[in-house]
This record gives sequence, structure tokens and C-alpha cells, in this order.
Amino acid sequence: MLADLYSETIAAVTANKARSGLTILGIVIGIASVISLIAIGQGTQDSVKSSIQSIGSNLIMVMPGANRSAGVSGGMGSAQSLKLSDIEALKKQVVGIKAIAPEISKRYQVVAGSNNTNTSIVGTSVDYQQIRSLTLDSGNFFTTADVTGTRKVAVIGPTTRDDLFGEDADPIGKTIKINNINFKVIGLTKSKGGSGTSTQDDQISIPYTVAQKYFTNNQYVSTISISAESEEILTSVQEQVSTVLLSEHGKTEDTADFRIMNQADIVSAASSIAETLTMLLAAIAGISLVVGGIGIMNMMLTNVTERTKEIGLRKAIGAKKSDISNQFLAEAITLTFLGGLIGIALGAVIAWGVSQFASLETSVSWSSILLAFGVSAGIGIIFGYYPARRASKLNPIDALRYE
Amino acid sequence: MDNKKNTVDEVISCRHLNKIYQTGDVRTQVLYDISFSIKRGEFVAITGPSGSGKSTIMHIIGALDSPSDGSYFLDGQDVSQLSDDELAEIRKNKIGFVFQSFNLLKRSTVLRNVLLPLVYAETPLQQRESLAIKALQAAGLGEDRWHHLSNQLSGGQMQRVAIARALVNNPAIILADEPTGNLDTKTGEIVLETFRRLNKEEGHTIILITHEADVAKHADRIIYIKDGRLVD
Repeated sequence: MLADLYSETIAAVTANKARSGLTILGIVIGIASVISLIAIGQGTQDSVKSSIQSIGSNLIMVMPGANRSAGVSGGMGSAQSLKLSDIEALKKQVVGIKAIAPEISKRYQVVAGSNNTNTSIVGTSVDYQQIRSLTLDSGNFFTTADVTGTRKVAVIGPTTRDDLFGEDADPIGKTIKINNINFKVIGLTKSKGGSGTSTQDDQISIPYTVAQKYFTNNQYVSTISISAESEEILTSVQEQVSTVLLSEHGKTEDTADFRIMNQADIVSAASSIAETLTMLLAAIAGISLVVGGIGIMNMMLTNVTERTKEIGLRKAIGAKKSDISNQFLAEAITLTFLGGLIGIALGAVIAWGVSQFASLETSVSWSSILLAFGVSAGIGIIFGYYPARRASKLNPIDALRYE
Repeated sequence: MDNKKNTVDEVISCRHLNKIYQTGDVRTQVLYDISFSIKRGEFVAITGPSGSGKSTIMHIIGALDSPSDGSYFLDGQDVSQLSDDELAEIRKNKIGFVFQSFNLLKRSTVLRNVLLPLVYAETPLQQRESLAIKALQAAGLGEDRWHHLSNQLSGGQMQRVAIARALVNNPAIILADEPTGNLDTKTGEIVLETFRRLNKEEGHTIILITHEADVAKHADRIIYIKDGRLVD
């Protein structure tokens, strides 16, 4: 009967609280580290994903390939192979493009009054706002008229604003110097979060015509950003873009002088790295679970030896082998399950603490909790089985004589 | 012909029991052709010097061990060739044990100790306590002790708890293995008196295993064993 098994088990586990507690500790530490490490890994994965997604929607990026001269590769993006004319060709020939914009990227020292900062300058077109899902906090994005009129206007990110004008200052209408050329700030974008050097919060967008005229003096662009009409046609658009550019540049696939990436690829690449890391962390934590399980087995074996006489008596009054093994198995499972419960709570607290004090996003998922429960119960069964079997196989006569 | 003797009033019937232990090449015979029977309601002592084989007989009639050879009927059922779990079933339903060293669960109350056999017999929960109380009353342990932990009791009290535990399932036989061995003479007398009363007033069949002649004489009949053989 389950009620009997339950009361017997509770009595046995509480009989030696210090020993039970210390044995449980192994499981608690194991489960807590699994839970918290998975939570941290999952959180990192989520934040990587969302920061990549914040770049834009259904994004395809075309970048120049490596600059090869006499067999020496200058590395990805070093070549100047993408031209403004490519964009016109793509606009005409590719079906499914919602928006397309050139990017001429440079880093310059930017000065406003007595403040200055080194930031990324992006010369682009009006479509850029849509492609990169930029929303404005105040002011406006530049217009087609600004682009065709080669007007020196700039839209700045919130981090750039903080650096140049101070936090919460209103930069609209102010003048900034980029490479000693005066620009008028006409817009301030909203913060998108994200991290690393590629953040769009620290960036100045200007019309590409201006960038061409004052900074590069040529027809080349650093990147072509394309937004596909929907996620379903992302791959088809990507293939079309590739075909058109190959014919424009007179190249074959093997000699292609550009690279195409779509957002889905970047997301999956980045999250697979994060996922691998999560699994690695969880596996390391899993080792401590096994160690905890061995602790349980050790304690149960001691328990069986200490209670040999009791086992003999139970057998004498009619306990079957299965009654005895169930009793010891139930004790082992109760210990690991209890350890699992405490471990989950502790792990959640650690994950919460990390998100509070280490500014690292964490998320404790139901699947990791279920996993932890399953694993702790499993450890109870696996490491409790041998001691329980040993107890059940004791000969009642010998067990009763045991001193 | 032997089987026909297993009438209802013979609770134990042993026929030509032999017990041989084999360890490697060493073959030790501890019982030689033992035959006896015990009637329902009898108070019998099995006695003999240590090493005589009386413990082996106790193990066989207690369904803790099987004879190498011969037949043993308990309460009309052949128990000489059963598996471990089948023997456990026999012990659960038909035998109440009382041991020399009491063998109580230390951290459990008296009541909990007494109703332990009912747990394995899967007696419904609500009946257990009343059965345990009945057994404790029969064993003569005062009500003020029932909720004490068993290790807070004196030796005589512990043995009466053990007797109550043996009684609780209303077994066919009560098998007491040196029940006074750990008690002083006076307390031992009280325990033996308890057995006597349970036999005379409640009609329980009691089998007393002892090496002490003084203890054995409390029984109505003595089965004497020496060197693995019955002595008349």
C-alpha cells in the first residue's frame, strides 16, 4: 500500500536528518547548477536572437568578397566590388524586394561643441529606415529630397546623442562636425538595445550622396541591405540577388566577388553557438549530479548494512523481496526528489540573482525544470536499485543473527 | 499414509526431516530423520543443548528455511518445497515470531511496532489499530506504554510488545526463540506466564525453543533434541 510505503519512507529519511541532509546536498548542488546554467544559457541565446532580429526584418545583406591580389586574401569585405549601379539592377530584376538601400560605412571622429566621439557613419538611402526598422524618438529621418539634394543632414542614435550632447538632451537642430564637415542633426532614433560594436544605437545615418561626395569620392558601397517582402520568399530573393549580381559583375559562382547573408542564417548561426555553450554548461553540471547520485548510493548501502536486523525482522513477519526492495528504493527516490525540489528552487534563485546583479538575461524554462525532476528521480532509481536489491536478497536467518 | 495423519487438529506435522548444509566439499548434516507433530492448542517446548539442531528445526517450522529432505505440513499445507516469496507468505499468515533480542523497530512507537505485520498483510488501515490494541491487551502491556518509543521500555515490556506483534495477525502458531534469554529470571517468569495464559485462556498454539530446562518445563510437552536426532 502506498500510504504505508510513504510513512515508512518518511520515518526512515527523517531518522537521521544530518546524514540525509548531507546526502541530499550533492543532488541539490547538481540540480541547482543544471537549472541555473541552462537558465543563463537560454537567456543569452534569447538576447543574442533578439539583438540580431532588431537589426531589421527579413533582411538580406550583400557584402563585398575578399580582396585577392596575387593570391593574398585581404579578408572578407575588403574588396570594393559593390556599386550603386548594382542596386539599380537589383531593383529592376529581382522580384520580392520590399526595400533596398546602400550602405557606405566609415568610422570618423565626430565633434559637437566640446564633446567628441568616434562612431560609425552610415551613408544610405531613405529605405534604410524601413529595412533596419528604425523608429524615431524625435525629429525625422532624411527624405529623398535630402538625398538628391546632397544635404548635410544626420540622424543619430541615442548612444551617440549621449556622447555628444549628454543624456536626455535634445539634439534636433544642433550642428555636429563629422571629419570637420558640418552636419545638421534632424532626427534621433529610439534605442534598440543589443550589444557589441554593431549596435545601431551608436551610429550616425546620413544620405549616401553626401557620404560619396565628402568621404569616399567613388561609386562603391560597403553593404547592400535588402528587405524581402516576406519570410517565405527570403531564400528566393537571396538566390535572385546572387544571380543578378553574378551577371552584372561577369563572374561565376566560384569567382564571386561578394557574399550574401540573410538574417535567418545569422540568427541560426549565433543561436547554435549559444546552444552548444548551454549544452556544454549543462553537461558539466550533469557530472555533479552523477557524483551526487553516487553519494546517495553510498548512504543507502550504509543504511542497508545498519538495518540488516530490521530487514531480517521484516522478512520474518512476512515481507516479500519486493516489499523490502520497494522500501529502500522509495527512500532513495525520496532523497533525490527532495534534493531535486530544493535544487530547482536554489537554481531559480541563482538565475534570478545573475539577472539582477550581472545584467545577464536569464530564463528558467519549464522544460529544464521537468528535466531536472526526471533526472533526479532517475538518479534515485539508478543509484537506489543496487542497495535495494542487496537488501531484498538478504537471507532472513542471517539477517536476524546480524549484530 | 503419512499424509492422512494431517488432520485438522495437527497444526504441525514433520515427517523424516533431514537438513544438510553443503559448503564446498564439506557436507554437514544437522538434522537426522526428525518426525513429530504438534496439535492445535498445544504448548510445546523444543529443547536441547546448543549445537543440537534445535535452531535449524525452529527455522524450518518457522518457514525461514526448507528441509533438505522430508515433508513439513503447517496448518494442513505442505511448506517443505516453497520459494522464498511463498515462504514469506506463510510467515505472514500463519506464524508469529518472538525473538530473544526482541527485534523491535527502535524509533517507532509500541503501537507502530505491533501493527507492522498488518502492513505486510495489507489489513485495511482502520482495522489495524484496534487489532494492535487487542494484541497488546492480550500480551498484558499497560495502556500507558502504547505510545512510547520502543527503546524507552524495559526488557520485559519489550518482550511483551514482541509477543503482541506475534499475536496481532492471529497466526496458527507462535514461535518463541529463547524468549527469556535476554531477561532476568523474574521477568522471564512473567513472560513465560504470559505465554501460558495465552495458551490456556486464548487457545494459542505456542512453540518454545530453549536450551534451558527450567524454561522448557513451563510447557505441557517437551521435544528433546540431541546431535540432530529426537531423543525420547
